[in-house]
Amino acid sequence: MVTLVSRAGIWLVLLLLSIMASVAAHDTAFAIQAATVAVACLVGLIFAIRSPDYQRVSRGLAAPTGDASKYDDDVIRWGVIATVFWGVAGFLVGVVIAFQLAYPQINLEPWFNFGRMRPLHTSAVIFAFGGNALIATSFYVVQRTCRARLAFPGLARFVFWGYQLFIVLAATGYLLGVTQGKEYAEPEWYVDLWLTVVWVSYLVVYGGTIIKRSEPHIYVANWFYLSFIITVAMLHLVNNLTIPVSFLGSQSISWFAGVQGALVQWWYGHNAVGFFLTAGFLGMMYYFVPKQAQRPVYSYRLSIIHFWALIFLYIWAGPHHLHYTALPDWAQTLGMVFSVMLWMPSWGGMINGLMTLNGAWDKLRTDPVLRMFVMSLAFYGMSTFEGPMMSVKSVNSLSHYTNWTIGHVHSGALGWNGMVTFGAIYYLTPRLWNRTQLYSLRMVNWHFWTATIGIVFYAASMWVAGITQGLMWREYGADGYLLNSFADVLPAIHPMYVLRGLGGVLYLSGAFFMVVNVWKTIAGSPLRAEAPLYNIEQNKANDVPLVAQPAE
Amino acid sequence: MSAPENNETGPRIDEPTGTATMGHEWDGIEELNTPLPTWWLYTFYACIVFAIGYCVVYPAIPGIKEGSHGTFGWTSRGQLASEMDAAKAARAPVLAALDATPIEDLPKNPELLAKAVAGGKAAFKVNCVPCHGSGAAGSIGYPNLNDDDWLWGGTLTDIQTTLEHGIRQPGDAATRTSMMPSFGRDGILKPADVQDVVSYVRQISGQEPGNASAQRGAALFAANCVACHNPDGKGNRMFGAPNLTDKVWLYGGSRTAIAETVTNAHAGVMPAWGNRLSPATIKMLAAYVHSLGGGEAFAAPAAPAADAASTGQ
Repeated sequence: MVTLVSRAGIWLVLLLLSIMASVAAHDTAFAIQAATVAVACLVGLIFAIRSPDYQRVSRGLAAPTGDASKYDDDVIRWGVIATVFWGVAGFLVGVVIAFQLAYPQINLEPWFNFGRMRPLHTSAVIFAFGGNALIATSFYVVQRTCRARLAFPGLARFVFWGYQLFIVLAATGYLLGVTQGKEYAEPEWYVDLWLTVVWVSYLVVYGGTIIKRSEPHIYVANWFYLSFIITVAMLHLVNNLTIPVSFLGSQSISWFAGVQGALVQWWYGHNAVGFFLTAGFLGMMYYFVPKQAQRPVYSYRLSIIHFWALIFLYIWAGPHHLHYTALPDWAQTLGMVFSVMLWMPSWGGMINGLMTLNGAWDKLRTDPVLRMFVMSLAFYGMSTFEGPMMSVKSVNSLSHYTNWTIGHVHSGALGWNGMVTFGAIYYLTPRLWNRTQLYSLRMVNWHFWTATIGIVFYAASMWVAGITQGLMWREYGADGYLLNSFADVLPAIHPMYVLRGLGGVLYLSGAFFMVVNVWKTIAGSPLRAEAPLYNIEQNKANDVPLVAQPAE
Repeated sequence: MSAPENNETGPRIDEPTGTATMGHEWDGIEELNTPLPTWWLYTFYACIVFAIGYCVVYPAIPGIKEGSHGTFGWTSRGQLASEMDAAKAARAPVLAALDATPIEDLPKNPELLAKAVAGGKAAFKVNCVPCHGSGAAGSIGYPNLNDDDWLWGGTLTDIQTTLEHGIRQPGDAATRTSMMPSFGRDGILKPADVQDVVSYVRQISGQEPGNASAQRGAALFAANCVACHNPDGKGNRMFGAPNLTDKVWLYGGSRTAIAETVTNAHAGVMPAWGNRLSPATIKMLAAYVHSLGGGEAFAAPAAPAADAASTGQ
């Protein structure tokens, strides 16, 4: 009972504080954001009061213990649903802004113009879709590969809900015009502080689970997940060093100015790609690909060498975002050469993933989930070759500020991050909800093809658009004058913008197949009547933490 | 990188690949003890060698006061400066020839004229497109430069003067200027009178048949408008007063649009580009705008500033 009262009390205090902050706010946006927090506190308060586990309360237990003979999968189940939800939301906003660029009339001022919708899209797909996928899969993988239940289960639940609050505050803030103006780090100071609390809790839960593991060694997937969690914490803290204008206002001034600010921003921005979208997702890959292929990982040695090389080299590559700017030449050079050296360490992950299929390549014919993983690795390989190439100064002078960059990012994001996440969701859903298999494997195949064709449309149209832009901007006539104005380039790439939007529609429609499939699987619908495809057997007896087994 | 080597119970040999496993297992996942792929390792080494070489050749090592300079002393600013110098040097003969040639003489030198038009096209894209549009077709309030309807004159010298001194630019004595009264707002004409004038203007521009209102408007027009727009309504370039009898409308030719103009008047402006661009660039811009289709030969009504030039073709 004490726990119940103190919990409700904490919620009540937070509720009152956020209402006071909303009332005393310096600007409307901050008032709305504080009110959003108040609503979250109210929901927390209602749940704290309405659904106490009286049995547990009567036994005087503070934290939920659950069944110690099973893994702690609640948070992971929520995470899978959140990943699917935010994925569809993020893809949808992406399609909208793609068409906003092709048809500017669709910009609805002021809340739904491109400038506010664009960070909504990037944050929704990277942090909401990707972040939830990483948190959910990391909690799943760390438990299985450590044969231990999550450390601090209460804190793990806080990580999940706290992260959702971060997403909601960031997303609504963008539409209200609240932004730091730093790419991929748009949320303002108070949202950054909140994310810091959530992220440190994530590190505690994840690190704690590794420490209490029952396996002698730490599996490679956990190295990658851990490096992702630690590095993102460091990047987030440094890049968001700002001074709030008011403690009740939604604006802040960056600690760094001028070119120093730009360098810190791109040190952050590039490593958000390197550690959030690469290292974290490699962790995902290292668990789900061998599981789905039912094959050993290709090379332990390669995993060690490419892990350490990737970690060491990635962190220095950021300056390649600032070629031919005020950044000193020596820093530009280092940004470029570290990116070139990064090529093989990045490919190490692709080799280890693809070659894990040695002895199981035939399954590609019949296993659509494995097909998703392989396509994901193929796009990973392509974009990690393209990245070092674009970091070379002479290539960058053509590609920079053009849609080529957008195409590059999306071949990585849609191809690598998207496909590996879809594969992981298809792997997890039947296991987490205790179903024999997915509602429909054919539907996974449809998802695979719509997504793949969508990416091809997207990447190809942006490459053509980008190279067109780059060439037209630098085109000189015989008399030594530029031939094209900025506006001349826009009609030239307009058809490519429309094709890109079409690619996005295809990718989004693939995600709708996933929604139906995951929904029907969770709901326990009878399997779809269809010609059978390969479905791997689940080993339920083995899917338990080691501590639960009787001591010998 | 030593695999556990126990010959009796040693690591399992994976059947499809024939490679030994490492002997560990996590949730059913094993790892093979495959050596690093040779091509991978040597490509990695090659990238590192390239990186080191690149750092020797280009500035790469930061220092307390300044970074290393690289073997060739390359800098990005230096590269930009040398490319710009080369481009300037390539254009220098044309610019010198333009400086030496009065704009009236430009048509006599077709080769130089063609180069001036090319340069003017580029300068137009940088300076003029925001108002006049990338095709110079203008929009409401910004004249179309492709047609032969000129407010302030369409010969090379007229256009040059307009460009150099701008339109209604305070502080420039030679700027093109005039001020149409706001007949309606200032109470010179009553709202009904404004409507009558509009009827007349729409009659002479062939948009409406004549009627009683237009007849009343004709009298009002004669009393108020002819000083600038001329008795025949064809305008006067000295005041930038537009021709009201054609189909070209700077602010729209509908009843509403003309009534708005008569009531509140417009006084569009353009910067005096002489303050911002070199004389040669202004000549190039004038040549380009002149070449768009509506440029007038010098035999047409002489521009006030071009007495000496009126001998041109």
